[in-house]
Amino acid sequence: MAMKPTFALGPPMAEPLAPLDVIVEANRCLNCYDAPCTRACPTGIDIPRFIRRIASGDKAGAARTIMDANPMGASCARVCPTEELCEGACVYTPDAPAIRIGQLQQHATDWLMADGRALFSPGTPSGKRVAVVGGGPAGLSAARDLARLGHQVTVFERDDLPGGLNTYGIVPYRLPAEVALWEAEQVRRLGVDIRTGVAVGTGVAAAELLAEYDAIVIACGMGRVPHLGIPGEDAGGVWDALDFIRRAKEDGAVPGLGDTVAVIGGGNTAIDAATASKRLGASSVTMFYRRGAERMTAYAFEIEFARSEGVEFRHCVIPKRIVTNEGRVAGLELIRTDTDGSARPIPGSAYTIPVDNVIRAIGQSRFAALLDAFGVIHEHGVAVVDDDMRTNQPRVFAAGDCMFRAGAGDAMVVEAAERGKTAARSIDAFLREGTA
Amino acid sequence: MADLSSNLAGIRSPNPFWLASAPPTNSGYQVMRAFAAGWGGAVWKTLGEPIVNVTSRFAGLNAGATKMIGMNNIELITDRPLDDNLREIAACKAAYPDRPIVASLMTGCTQRSWHELVNAVQDVAVDGFELNFGCPHGMSERGMGSAVGQDPALVEQITRWVKEAARVPVIVKLTPNITDVRYTARAAARGGADAISLINTLNSLMGVDLDTWNPIPHVDGKSSHGGFCGPAVKPIALNMVGECARDPQVTVPISGIGGIATWRDAVEFMLMGATNVQVCTAVMRDGFRIVADMIEGLNNYLDDRGIASVAEIVGKTVPRFVDWNDLNLDYKIVARIDPATCINCNRCWIACEDAAHQCIDRLVDETGASVLEVDEEHCVGCNLCSMVCPVDECITMVRVDDGESVHTWRERLSVPS
Ligand SMILES: Cc1cc2nc3c(=O)[nH]c(=O)nc-3n(C[C@H](O)[C@H](O)[C@H](O)COP(=O)(O)OP(=O)(O)OC[C@H]3O[C@@H](n4cnc5c(N)ncnc54)[C@H](O)[C@@H]3O)c2cc1C
Ligand SMILES: Cc1cc2nc3c(=O)[nH]c(=O)nc-3n(C[C@H](O)[C@H](O)[C@H](O)COP(=O)(O)O)c2cc1C
Ligand code: SF4
Ligand code: SF4
Ligand code: SF4
Repeated sequence: MAMKPTFALGPPMAEPLAPLDVIVEANRCLNCYDAPCTRACPTGIDIPRFIRRIASGDKAGAARTIMDANPMGASCARVCPTEELCEGACVYTPDAPAIRIGQLQQHATDWLMADGRALFSPGTPSGKRVAVVGGGPAGLSAARDLARLGHQVTVFERDDLPGGLNTYGIVPYRLPAEVALWEAEQVRRLGVDIRTGVAVGTGVAAAELLAEYDAIVIACGMGRVPHLGIPGEDAGGVWDALDFIRRAKEDGAVPGLGDTVAVIGGGNTAIDAATASKRLGASSVTMFYRRGAERMTAYAFEIEFARSEGVEFRHCVIPKRIVTNEGRVAGLELIRTDTDGSARPIPGSAYTIPVDNVIRAIGQSRFAALLDAFGVIHEHGVAVVDDDMRTNQPRVFAAGDCMFRAGAGDAMVVEAAERGKTAARSIDAFLREGTA
Repeated sequence: MADLSSNLAGIRSPNPFWLASAPPTNSGYQVMRAFAAGWGGAVWKTLGEPIVNVTSRFAGLNAGATKMIGMNNIELITDRPLDDNLREIAACKAAYPDRPIVASLMTGCTQRSWHELVNAVQDVAVDGFELNFGCPHGMSERGMGSAVGQDPALVEQITRWVKEAARVPVIVKLTPNITDVRYTARAAARGGADAISLINTLNSLMGVDLDTWNPIPHVDGKSSHGGFCGPAVKPIALNMVGECARDPQVTVPISGIGGIATWRDAVEFMLMGATNVQVCTAVMRDGFRIVADMIEGLNNYLDDRGIASVAEIVGKTVPRFVDWNDLNLDYKIVARIDPATCINCNRCWIACEDAAHQCIDRLVDETGASVLEVDEEHCVGCNLCSMVCPVDECITMVRVDDGESVHTWRERLSVPS
């Protein structure tokens, strides 16, 4: 999967563990039974088992244990909010430091990427064909497991490269695109046909997929960042955070980036856009969030990282107007909000600051039309599914961010991977119904 | 996927990992769980005369934060009725016909009692017998276990009696509580054993409580010597396996036991001549689940080297395990310290200075940083510094002789071989 070299934009957020640390950490793990860390992993990686395998020098076995449970195991090692998941559940906490599970996982998967061996093989052909719409973490995970179960899988990916937000969305010093592309390559090695540059709905019609495939997984993720709905938004220097990060990742530079950058939002996307602005050379980067610090959806470690990169935070403010000068951003008018969490503007509290760029990171839009094209019931563009990822259409399943309801947990790579696995299992059961 | 199946004196198992005769093989419930987890075979907890066990039977040896690098026990043989054991053995065989179950036996020193026990047990179609000549505590005071295993004549005699009655292969399990294990191993071979297994546990006392002055573990304030096992005994077991493997008079295959916890340990025992391995303490610490790691680790090891079958590695290191008199006195290695990875703990320096040959120099470089350097001319290549260094591969031992000349003590003094 050829890709022009991506830009690292500086050192990784966390350095890989040194060899001595690997030995110390791996041997510190207690090999718990029915381990809480495993229970806290959405993909259920057998964590003590992979750690024990590292400790006994069986790196291939360690990598296999990880990748078997999580087709995005290498990405997750880097971007999972481990304090909230496995490491937060480790029996050592809170009295002693948790085992550094994420970094041990990176150690094992880095070894595998360098080694190059294929760990899995396709299953006995079932004669069934499955189409996957979207080649992000959810779609690739579903495709990987479907191929291992013997089904013939085609992934339709609108972008030039597979990997979804792992390839284009998450900043490279947290997740290099090479890691996401390597994971996609492992899926391709199982015989999955990944057709990039093909958008379902425009390039190929939904009806065509329904006619040609036995089952369909919709894993289209979410769309662009919506507009703020304030005057001045079409001025030069205003960015959608996802476009901004993508440009930074692909080109190592963003045209028209000035000294002073305002990022609107309080989630991981806002953090990534803010730190990327810093690393691209902006001297003053501030995140503006409409509620108090405790309501920010970014994780504590992300906020801490952003602070360490020099990003500043302003809470309880909303943008009112982008001040422009000759069609370019010149300033930002803000208004303070109630600190009671309601985000209600306080009359008469408006003020204006000079800025060169405004980056909006207030969530992502939904692909309602695509879901409509498949006849899938949705709520404001969020596909409605049951626990087995079934939609109202018997042959159509949905997984990942596209079925993620805001407020029902966090949109994460690891959740997308697990939903993709679940969809694969359900499809397999559905396709084999009556044939067994 | 390499072929992991093994064949010990005609007892075939899908992989070389067996459970040793011990608490994990005490009941059908446990052996079923073990087979479900993937264990290749099991040696049932020793059957014999009825006994009574004490409570407070085990004690553990910890190394810093690592629990149970060794354990000691004063448990005896099975305390469950023979009939219960036989019924459960039959049920396990029926559920897992491809996994061998070997019955471990121990009884008094008469031909009749051995014949009776063998005949009672072989009716349930066990795949072999293992004679427990090794238990070092309790049973030995009654003239059984290691009391037998320490007397080559008794080992030979009892093995012969068992062979008269047994219709399946007979393994003799040896005690390490003996000056030279080869004598009892040879006696077993002479008596007609089909294989030997070693080691059973080592005589030990785990400790003394500093406050109560009770021995550890104590039974109502008193203790007696127990059997020591677990990772800490591995070097002793490996040596005994190697000594038997290279002895021309020990003509039977070997089942290796003692401190095996990972696939790596198993590979070492097999290279040293063991056809298969048995495990007790590692399972007592972490449960039956460890066998999955052992199977996959062994398989990956063989696959990575293009070795098709585990049988191919058995004994490969045995020809390299020789008398001291046959070692090359011209082979010379010296320590080399990598300044790039050294963390300047000076552990190597103090070890060499106080306990080896005073040949590490503490220097200061142009930048004022401290540097450690080996005086290679005086370094005797003892390995000590590389053993105490906390950084992996920071100190390497480098060969400095011409790589060709070979000169042994035997040649030097013309010691007759
Ligand atoms: C900046 C940023 C930082 C993040 N940081 C983290 C983090 O630290 N940890 C974490 O766990 N998660 C993080 N996430 C969230 C994580 O990236 C997502 O939850 C995850 O990628 C969702 O996977 P998905 O496959 O559902 O969707 P996506 O990754 O969005 O993939 C969907 C794919 O479908 C394709 N597609 C869409 N429509 C069509 C169509 N019509 N036809 C064909 N293809 C189509 C898209 O091009 C895309 O490749 C972050 C997200 C962002 C934006
Ligand atoms: C608690 C305990 C009970 C044991 N009971 C027996 C037994 O009944 N018969 C026997 O042959 N060996 C017995 N053994 C010895 C083991 O089978 C084995 O030889 C020894 O523990 C060394 O292996 P390890 O280091 O893997 O534990 C026992 C060991 C332990 C720890
Ligand atoms: S909870 Fe912690 S110590 Fe226990 S198995 Fe998981 S990582 Fe290891
Ligand atoms: S391990 Fe079980 S049998 Fe032994 S003392 Fe503890 S609870 Fe009792
Ligand atoms: S023991 Fe190792 S790390 Fe410590 S000073 Fe010596 S060479 Fe350096």
